Amino acid sequence: MCGIAALQIKNPALRPQLGALLNTMLCEVIERGPDSAGMAVYDNPELTDQDSTVLSLLGADLGKTPAQIRTELDLELPEAEVAVEVLGHTTLVSGQATSQELAAALDTVLPAYDVIGRGRHVAVMKSVGNPRDVADAHDLVSMAGSRGVAHTRMATESAVTAAGSHPFSVADDLCLVHNGSFSNHASIRKELQRTGVVFDSANDSEVAARYIATRLEVGEDLETALENLSEVFDGFYTLVVTTKDGMAVVRDPISCKPAVVAETEDWVAMASEFRALAELPGIENARVFEPEPGQVYTWRA
Amino acid sequence: MTALAHEPAQITTETTAATEDTTVVDLAQSSVRDLNQALHDPASTSTEWLVRHPAGKHNIAVGIDRALTMTVEGNVGYFFAGMHKSADITVTGNAGQGLAENIMSGRVHVKGDASQAVAATGHGGLVVVDGNASARCGISMKGVDIVVGGNVGHMSAFMAQAGRLVVCGDAGDSLGDSLYETRIYVKGTVKSLGADCVEKEMHEEHLAELAQLLAAAGRDEDPAAFRRYGSARTLYHFHADNSAAY
Repeated sequence: MCGIAALQIKNPALRPQLGALLNTMLCEVIERGPDSAGMAVYDNPELTDQDSTVLSLLGADLGKTPAQIRTELDLELPEAEVAVEVLGHTTLVSGQATSQELAAALDTVLPAYDVIGRGRHVAVMKSVGNPRDVADAHDLVSMAGSRGVAHTRMATESAVTAAGSHPFSVADDLCLVHNGSFSNHASIRKELQRTGVVFDSANDSEVAARYIATRLEVGEDLETALENLSEVFDGFYTLVVTTKDGMAVVRDPISCKPAVVAETEDWVAMASEFRALAELPGIENARVFEPEPGQVYTWRA
Repeated sequence: MTALAHEPAQITTETTAATEDTTVVDLAQSSVRDLNQALHDPASTSTEWLVRHPAGKHNIAVGIDRALTMTVEGNVGYFFAGMHKSADITVTGNAGQGLAENIMSGRVHVKGDASQAVAATGHGGLVVVDGNASARCGISMKGVDIVVGGNVGHMSAFMAQAGRLVVCGDAGDSLGDSLYETRIYVKGTVKSLGADCVEKEMHEEHLAELAQLLAAAGRDEDPAAFRRYGSARTLYHFHADNSAAY
């Protein structure tokens, strides 16, 4: 089934509360996906800053201590001022380098690792387990930020694994979460693999994330990429895509899966169910609506 | 890091006065299960109910089967008033999917908007939505009457068998797809008609029926401003010519 909660702060005074508000929203959609969960938080000064790139890696225990990893990365990238920290089930590697440079350096240091997020704005954290536990392990409730998206997973098309959890972040500061299931994901995956795209998981939603990334790479804007996705992908979906500049919501043309949006001057939020929005400050005066099926909605920061 | 500093949302915009006879339930304090069990209790003599802080919870007031009045202040989640009988209940805010699904009798009134599948498979009674209803409003309706003050989404009255659907706003794509004998009245535009759904002439009896429905819903639209839609009856009737296909 899956649950989605997304929040974009408009009023900077609310940034310190992003994590707390997102956590409250997340807790209301646990029942939609109790298997595993993930979060992406943008512009949390404790985790990211615009002068360095952060790679979010899956897992807290990668076979070497953070200090060891850092020492070895320093040898690869001496100018980059690399830092490595473990937060909950996530290892965060930051440095003054590009994502590709950091990843290339990591290739020589770690035998195996999964990059689940990268960029200058986003930290991505995901894991198997009850969503409340996943959020608590990362102390989501204490986080500040400009926007965040959380997902609770009820696995249908592929196994319950940490790598199969959402969000899928396959390009700098780009995240995608999905409620629903795609029926033709296998054939689209094969097409993309033919063009050189490498996949991290068997997950149908990852195919959508990779597809969006390839469209953005050829210069399409997010709206066009999502419109093209609607032409190419078959299945049920409510998708939320976040970038460093904003967020987008789209539902399949039959609106099989739910979506509710609430917007005030201070924030815009989207969730699978209204009850996840019910505690947001100012909700009683918010504009509350369900996105029309087949239409892309975007909010830019 | 800063602790959460906001106040819990005040989601009600109206406050209903509670008399001494009103049973007041605050869903911020008690559970939906307790509320529903109290409503189902055969020994209960409470006939006036006020429910506060629904906060979008699901399954509120499901399975009521006796005469009572209830106001719910705020927004409700999925399946509000599912399997409803006899009672007269009102929601001041919005309702989620499956509002009054399988309603048998009685009246359910939502002052805000309603999500998908309003009154799905309903057998009787009246469901009123003052705002908009989204996709599949009245899907498989079997005798319920539905009056929507705003628009309805696509695939409304899908396979609708009996009862009446009144839409004071616009209807989305595929209205009345695979329609049986439900009569549909729309005041605004219809984006497209579904399979075997056609516009039909309004006669005196239709205007009279529509007037009754609008009055029952507390609305003052002019029946003459509506158009009627119904089944062309070519899809659900067996044709002897096609017997070789079976």
